[in-house]
Amino acid sequence: MIEEKKVLTRHVGVPGMEKVDAYMNDGGYKGLKNALDKKPQDIIEEVKKSFLRGRGGAGFPTGFKWSFIPKEKTKPHYIICNADEGEPGTFKDRVIMENDPLLLIEGMTIAGYALQCDMGFIYIRGEFRKIAEKLETAIENARNANLLGKNILGKGFNFDILVMRGAGAYICGEETALIESLEGKRGEPRMKPPFPAVEGLYKCPTIVNNVETLACIPIIMQSNGKSFKDMGTFQSAGTKLYGISGHVNNPGVYEYPMGTNLKDLIEQAAGGVKDGKKLKAVIPGGLSAPILKADEIDLDMDFDACIKAGTMLGSGGVIVMDETTSIPEVAKSTIDFFVHESCGQCTPCREGLHKIQETLTKMMAGEGDENSLKTIFKIAKTIKGTTLCPLGDAGAMALEAMVTKFRDEFEALNK
Amino acid sequence: MSTTPTPFAANATDYKIPDKVMSKINEIASQYPEKNSAMLPALHLIQDEFGWIPPSAVRQLADALDTTPNKVYAVVSFYTMFNQAPVGKYHIQVCRNVSCSLLGSKHIVDHLTSKLGIQPGQTTENKKFTLSLVECLGACGTAPVMMINDTYYENLTSGKVDEILNTLA
Amino acid sequence: MKMQIELNNRKLEAESGETILSVAKRAGINIPTLCYLEHLKPAGRCRICVVEVDGRKDLVPSCSFPVSDGMKIHTHSPRVLEARKNLIELMLANHPDDCLYCNRNSNCDLRQLADQLGVRERELVHVEPHFEIDNSSPSLVRDPNKCILCGKCVRVCEEIQGVAAIELLGRGFESFVGVENNKNLATSRCINCGQCILACPTGALTEKSQIQDVIDALNDPEKYVVVQHAPAISVTLAEEFGVEAGIDVDGAMVAALRRMGFDKVFDTSFTADLTIMEEGSELVSRIVNGGKLPMLTSCSPGWIKFVEQFYPDFTGNLSTCKSPQQMMGAIIKRIFAQREDIDPAKIFSVSIMPCTAKKFEAGRPEMGENGIQDVDVVLTTRELGRLLRMYGIDIRNIEPEQADSPFGERTTAGKIFGATGGVMEAALRTGYYLVTGELMEHLEITPVRGLDGIKESKIKVGDLELGVAVASSLSKARILLDEVKKGRSDLHFIEVMTCPGGCVAGGGQPIGTNVDKIKARSQALYKLDDSETMRMSHENPSVKKLYEDYLGKPLSEKSHHLLHTHYEKRPI
Repeated sequence: MIEEKKVLTRHVGVPGMEKVDAYMNDGGYKGLKNALDKKPQDIIEEVKKSFLRGRGGAGFPTGFKWSFIPKEKTKPHYIICNADEGEPGTFKDRVIMENDPLLLIEGMTIAGYALQCDMGFIYIRGEFRKIAEKLETAIENARNANLLGKNILGKGFNFDILVMRGAGAYICGEETALIESLEGKRGEPRMKPPFPAVEGLYKCPTIVNNVETLACIPIIMQSNGKSFKDMGTFQSAGTKLYGISGHVNNPGVYEYPMGTNLKDLIEQAAGGVKDGKKLKAVIPGGLSAPILKADEIDLDMDFDACIKAGTMLGSGGVIVMDETTSIPEVAKSTIDFFVHESCGQCTPCREGLHKIQETLTKMMAGEGDENSLKTIFKIAKTIKGTTLCPLGDAGAMALEAMVTKFRDEFEALNK
Repeated sequence: MSTTPTPFAANATDYKIPDKVMSKINEIASQYPEKNSAMLPALHLIQDEFGWIPPSAVRQLADALDTTPNKVYAVVSFYTMFNQAPVGKYHIQVCRNVSCSLLGSKHIVDHLTSKLGIQPGQTTENKKFTLSLVECLGACGTAPVMMINDTYYENLTSGKVDEILNTLA
Repeated sequence: MKMQIELNNRKLEAESGETILSVAKRAGINIPTLCYLEHLKPAGRCRICVVEVDGRKDLVPSCSFPVSDGMKIHTHSPRVLEARKNLIELMLANHPDDCLYCNRNSNCDLRQLADQLGVRERELVHVEPHFEIDNSSPSLVRDPNKCILCGKCVRVCEEIQGVAAIELLGRGFESFVGVENNKNLATSRCINCGQCILACPTGALTEKSQIQDVIDALNDPEKYVVVQHAPAISVTLAEEFGVEAGIDVDGAMVAALRRMGFDKVFDTSFTADLTIMEEGSELVSRIVNGGKLPMLTSCSPGWIKFVEQFYPDFTGNLSTCKSPQQMMGAIIKRIFAQREDIDPAKIFSVSIMPCTAKKFEAGRPEMGENGIQDVDVVLTTRELGRLLRMYGIDIRNIEPEQADSPFGERTTAGKIFGATGGVMEAALRTGYYLVTGELMEHLEITPVRGLDGIKESKIKVGDLELGVAVASSLSKARILLDEVKKGRSDLHFIEVMTCPGGCVAGGGQPIGTNVDKIKARSQALYKLDDSETMRMSHENPSVKKLYEDYLGKPLSEKSHHLLHTHYEKRPI
């Protein structure tokens, strides 16, 4: 039996956690207090030792990312929390923000101190208005308790946080698009280099971290990097929030050690496939992650094992599909999504995804022919590796996997 | 697919951003290192006020943020939450993405279209309801899901939809 | 810092910070681009310039990607060529199929790339054109269907011209370049400069063609068709016939215009000389009588609309002189007509300009009298090239002829109007004489020559130290105006040319205009100035005669009526 490990979700269902007293009574702000007694550089080292990897999807080592921030401060530095949770199948960050907003705020404050930031921003998806309001209340509470603002806890550190709501653009989950959006522009990803750590928000050094990533920081600073690492499985560090949706008996967000087996998550955490039906396929890490067939789910859910299996851990958003599911229908939803969310800047993503959508739509209307699949593969190949940001790649890879693994269902459309 | 490069529905009426909203916009602008960062917050406030982003408000906002109306349009037309034309009193947005479709969002949409007598993208004649299909709302664990104005409604069934609609005056 | 890299298996030295594209260019390797603009920050939109770098999974855009020590780059590997070809196929699938009918069919970048990359088969289903064409502007036509969303026009409009009339609107596949709500190009803040046309890789942006109006007039026995040509035309027209940049074909052009049937061929450089007489006198008068300073030149119509829209407080600083085109227009229909006893209504006045904004200027209501516009049609250099080819006239094989007298006579001061700084140089030469009664020691005023965006100088004229500045492109003009706004007071006279480089780089000039060509064209003008003897506007005998016979003296009442105009604030 796998065992849930409630670290980031320990306050789920506990009311009043946006209040400083309640949060502190349960160990809150211990991490910040410890942190403020250390040098910023030591905190970065501790985060490196934790082996924490970015929970937004890319899995980049957080401590390493932080170390790119210039040591000599010549301009303002900024920390941004990416709360633009938009990857279909993902609904984990809202659980943290709704239930334990001060955990995130504490994490950002520690990050702000470690990175010598002047300000922090939480960029939250526009639809989460009520959550944004809750965060603002929690920030106000922290400010009143001298946990934000000037001279925090008398340690001479000034830092504050603003919450900004997005307005319906999945691409703003990409860090440079998010920065553009925060600057009040269209959410069009920037070219890298330069990376945000060198030239980010307002052309200043900026670190963008996901909600779940930042929520891990107080946990690391409460004890140390090693104890965080040890919470994971042998290969991976810490815990992970897995959001399981689709055809399961108990959909929801579950916190398990990073690297927990996908099959166990579906069968034990989520109560197995709904109504006793047979499993057909699983998307393991949000819609961008290439689909797995039922016989491929004996998989450790960490970054490296997923890549090895030809897919991605991504955001840990697991979408489960039973035997009644039409994969072409899923593929159609998928391509519709990526076409809708493409920013339109670069040719392969803008034109290519649309062409795939057009081809698939025709196939589903019974107007496809033997060239249709060929076209889809050709365009997917063109998109991969030529786009300005990862969105086009993600769409192409997701589609390619569906068509490759369930080819007969697509071919049947042409008969 | 759009058939004309004109992004906005024609509108002759002048909408003036009320002073209290304008001062809120200016206050937000002053909190950010650069004024232009108030763009999205300001557009949200404008939409709260009018239910959509009227062209005259775009011009006022451009002046307030020292930018051009065209740049504001470029932003408005990029983000799907900003309505470029008026919507009904209740804007119903049903998620059409994978997790919700797996659990029957199509039935929810069918139910809504027959009940309201409109197709997605349309507004009822009495201007009470606008129905839209949207991408993932980030509530896949409680699919199928819809939003009405700022409120999420989750674990939907046809019966539940009827109950919700009955509560909306 | 120098570093070693390998480009297509060749070892090369590169500078740190240099992009792959720039290293390749130096090494003689041509990487195709569609959205790249020299001197502007790369956009990375088209992805045509992608190359393969060893050790990287993804292809990288060479326009922006910096080289690093030891980097191994492949610019034309099989993977790269396949990607480029497929990208072009994707663009073509969403581009109209009417190349045969397209304005840009002989010089379309997209078409050329499709050819280069061997696109020979239509594998993808074609998207039908679904955007409306914006025909509203007197100067430009926008066909969004032909747009490949490279964004160059948007960047030029904002970053070079500081106008930002057009923006990328919408999102994803639905995005398009457009103007703000319920507006079109005509009602937008567009200043009609046409720099976007020069930037456009396809036929999405073109001049509003008026060739047919000219043909109709030439074929109308009732019409007396007069033509004027701007100073910058003779040094660029040959490029329309495949000749290298920088060759002056003035006489051949005059002959060619006569072959087509124009009744009189006049030279706008004549009215450039006249402009100097009026504008120079105006400057002196402003300085002496305490008029509004700095005085701003008024010959570039894009600039005029720019001031009226964005700097209405400065309309009083603009010289009241009409542009040379409009001075010539007024002279033709009001003096020439009277003198030759021709009904002005029967005169069809054509103007060949390097400029699309001139089309707009000719249509300004104040540029006419009694319901008759002074200039009927403005053709760009490109349109003249097209018209000549249509008439089977090859500019390379035609005996040069002299322009018609008297309004074909010019000095080289009028001629150098075609380059940035030229108006200033011409004005200083004559202004110096008007004030001091002496000639300048050196007629070449090098501080105002060249392609720098802002050039400044202090010139001693009698007792006065005259502060002058020259701005080329409107983003640069903005800088100067903002300085003046903030209280800078050492400038007396500012020349502004809308287009970066002046008229030789105008929005009506041949497609393919680039910095090298702009330099060559300017050089051609200065070469004429070096080689001729009449180099000051006040020496122009025909100008003198016009004053004697008709105008009296500069700034006379007659001058004011005929040669001067007024400006108004324009809402944006």
